[in-house]
Amino acid sequence: MDQKTDETAETGVAEPKKLTRYQRFKRRFRLSPVNRRRIERFKAHKLGYRSFVVFAVLFFVSLFAEFIANDRPLLVSYKGEILFPVLVDYPEEKFGGFLAVTDYRTPEIANEIKAHGWMLWPPIRYSYDTINKDYPGRIGDNGICLGYPAPPPWSSSLKLCDAPADQLARFNELGNTNWLGLDSQGRDVVARVIYGFRVSVLFGLLLTIVSSALGIIAGAVQGYFGGKVDLIFQRLLEIWNSIPELFVLLILSSLFVPGFWTLLGILMIFSWTSLVGLVRAEFLRGRNLEYVRAARALGLSDWQIIFKHLLPNATVATLTFLPFKLSGGIAALTALDFLGLGMPPGSPSLGELLLEGKKHLEAPWLGISGFVAVSIILSLAIFMGEAVRDALDPRKTFRMQGKS
Amino acid sequence: MADNAPLVDVRNLSVAFSDDAGTTRVVNDVSFHIDKRETVALVGESGSGKTVSAMSILQLLPNSASYPTGEILFEGKDILKLKPAQLRDIRGRRISIIFQEPMTTLNPLHTIEVQVGEIIKLHQGLSDSETRKRVIELLSKVGIRDPEKRLSAYPHQLSGGQRQRVMIAIALANEPDLLIADEPTTALDVTIQAQILELLKSLQKEMGMAMLLITHDLGIVRRMAERVYVMRNGEIVETGNTEDIFTAPKHPYTRHLIEAEPKGDPPAVDTSRPVVVETDNLKVWFPIKRGWLQKTVDYVKAVDGLSMKVRAGETLGVVGESGSGKTTLGLAILRLLSSEGPIAYVGNRIDGLTNKQMRPLRKEMQIVFQDPYGSLSPRLTVEQIIEEGLLIQNPELDEDGRRERVATALREVGLDPATRDRYPHEFSGGQRQRIAVARAMVLKPKFVMLDEPTSALDMSVQAQIVDLLRDLQKKNDLAYLFISHDLKVVRALCNYVIVMKNGKVVEEGPARNIFDHPQDDYTKALLDAAFNITVTHRAALAT
Repeated sequence: MDQKTDETAETGVAEPKKLTRYQRFKRRFRLSPVNRRRIERFKAHKLGYRSFVVFAVLFFVSLFAEFIANDRPLLVSYKGEILFPVLVDYPEEKFGGFLAVTDYRTPEIANEIKAHGWMLWPPIRYSYDTINKDYPGRIGDNGICLGYPAPPPWSSSLKLCDAPADQLARFNELGNTNWLGLDSQGRDVVARVIYGFRVSVLFGLLLTIVSSALGIIAGAVQGYFGGKVDLIFQRLLEIWNSIPELFVLLILSSLFVPGFWTLLGILMIFSWTSLVGLVRAEFLRGRNLEYVRAARALGLSDWQIIFKHLLPNATVATLTFLPFKLSGGIAALTALDFLGLGMPPGSPSLGELLLEGKKHLEAPWLGISGFVAVSIILSLAIFMGEAVRDALDPRKTFRMQGKS
Repeated sequence: MADNAPLVDVRNLSVAFSDDAGTTRVVNDVSFHIDKRETVALVGESGSGKTVSAMSILQLLPNSASYPTGEILFEGKDILKLKPAQLRDIRGRRISIIFQEPMTTLNPLHTIEVQVGEIIKLHQGLSDSETRKRVIELLSKVGIRDPEKRLSAYPHQLSGGQRQRVMIAIALANEPDLLIADEPTTALDVTIQAQILELLKSLQKEMGMAMLLITHDLGIVRRMAERVYVMRNGEIVETGNTEDIFTAPKHPYTRHLIEAEPKGDPPAVDTSRPVVVETDNLKVWFPIKRGWLQKTVDYVKAVDGLSMKVRAGETLGVVGESGSGKTTLGLAILRLLSSEGPIAYVGNRIDGLTNKQMRPLRKEMQIVFQDPYGSLSPRLTVEQIIEEGLLIQNPELDEDGRRERVATALREVGLDPATRDRYPHEFSGGQRQRIAVARAMVLKPKFVMLDEPTSALDMSVQAQIVDLLRDLQKKNDLAYLFISHDLKVVRALCNYVIVMKNGKVVEEGPARNIFDHPQDDYTKALLDAAFNITVTHRAALAT
């Protein structure tokens, strides 16, 4: 297959003396053929590629959750003035009330605005912490009126209690529908799932990126400099890895007031070590490659060699693990939330939704919603991981190359 | 079956490989036969399909291989149609194989006894003690001294030549009818090559087996084979008795192969030229550390007291077997390894400089490595590879300036500048070595260390690279430090030669004197092994 002779390679396109700006741009960001084949193979993995597309769309959309599920209208026209309540906090004074921040869901304000203009609501008129005060309660098996949690309106178990006609009208209005019901504090489950998805994925991504970066740097330093640095670092890591992770996490998260960033920090303490060994091994192998030696002979400094020649090698090995780390990070956050050690009370979280479901077994819409949301995220991440793993498989990339 | 029927008869064989991109035919309608007790050589350059043809006899090709046409008759039965069990019966018992790379074909986790014994037990079903006896017998037959003591040795405790001997012992354990030797000596030093070939020849005579020799080295063919098939691009272009092929080659490609030997004369010695690099009593000692406190108990003396001089426009050849310290010497001179003793570059001491202080000098002292596959990063285009040094050493150049320099360097080494956007895997071995040379030359160095730049290449390509190096030297007044075990190339390129053994200089002098009147036995043995492929002066050689 290798039919090249050692004559001068045949002339291709004529050689331009100077490059246009566009050509320069294109050359700077071109992909090597190996990477192009990897992307092709990733796309060829149907399930994984579709998972990636779905995940990317969901994540992108959830970034704009405020425009999808919010207790403020997107646009308000009031007395000839166009207002943007999603982006700007207007005091209630503006509409004749007295609160510092307007609650557009209260009938007084809504009627006032409707009388002098109009409101454009997002598809779901609840934020993750909005309480649906219009829910009149439902009649239970023994005829008593029960409060929250409330089942979705399309379920057969919803028989509403008596309430004033205007409250019932508001509750039954299409935009106010609680598609997946209300949780035990009267908050809309759909809104909580949307915001919880966003928090989980952001958390997972951040954890993956930062802990991988730390792990790669640590592994790179160990592998490249070797010797004593490597020896001492490895022993430290062994000690570090032998600390019982779960208990330390529990202790730490009960010591600190948990929040997004503290949780990220706490989980980081242990998750960064997982890539160190891999990157270290890649570097130990890579630093003896002849082209790395040639780079040293050309006068490149240590850091230039690390970034230009060794990191790309190690990246391929680590990329395979990233989707799996992502799913691990999301699962860890969900687990902490489920145990009640996670995000502060009131914040949207899938783990908290699962915990609600466990507390209220009579309200299956809570547990089922949480379960479906978590399993969809984790499955998407795993499928993506499989596709990435296949795409980066060196046996497929270099199959039959250099065989005579 | 008639007694004069061929042992293996390959008829109209084609082999194709399929992958994502489609199907590629690698071997096209090839026919050859091997008679009993005869040695047949398949000759060709890399990529000619010779290995694939031979591997298909044992069905050792990966699953992506298919056989669109042809049959392979072994004693009248078509191997392509055999069931796996029947095939296993042939493999290792009737037909066995020796691979090119003795470093990787032995399992590093098993002792020699286990690895040689395995195949005996498998096919002959002997008891443990009988097997051991047979292993010892085989090991002594392939020329391993004290075989009883070597039984419990692991592969890493043996030298390359010894490993290849063990491989031969494994291949011959069941007294096969056919031995396939796939470049059996390419990875070995010339002296060991001669010993191994001698061993194969005598064992073949003793055991009465046939041998299929695959090689690109016509010197070996001439010495070993009775008949030759010349392959090119998956086809056999010429066949005949060895003598006929060598005395009257018909096909132009065969003629090209036979004539492709490094030729030409090195530059003349001129003591008036300035000295570029000089060392005096240079030592590279690696400490051996033992015990809990890592106390240094001894040293591996890789280079032990070496003094040398290279003048502008001259080539100093450093010759020796692997392990003699010649590459270590080169790396130490370029300060890529730490060493003791003065090193001077155009009169200035450089042995005390830090990495940072060395950096500006790097552009004047360059290096070309042995392996054109390993020395080019697969992720970078040719242009990126060549301009890497310019980015560091000539930061004043803008992009257009760099492009110009890269184009000039590519033209200098005989490549079209339009190929600059391609990646290394799109080039042949010789072209890659040209790229590696261009990477060194683009910085306009004064001194270049060439570390076996031709050893990984086919014979005919070697000659081209040698010509290229000589031209570049003349044009740019370069000083070369040429490190090689291949004396044919050294003779064509070097005007002064140092012969090294175990880190020490055995003999040195102007190249002509060394080649015409070698004084030391070791030098004589090297010369005989390289030019006549024979073993002489055994006492001076390692095994």
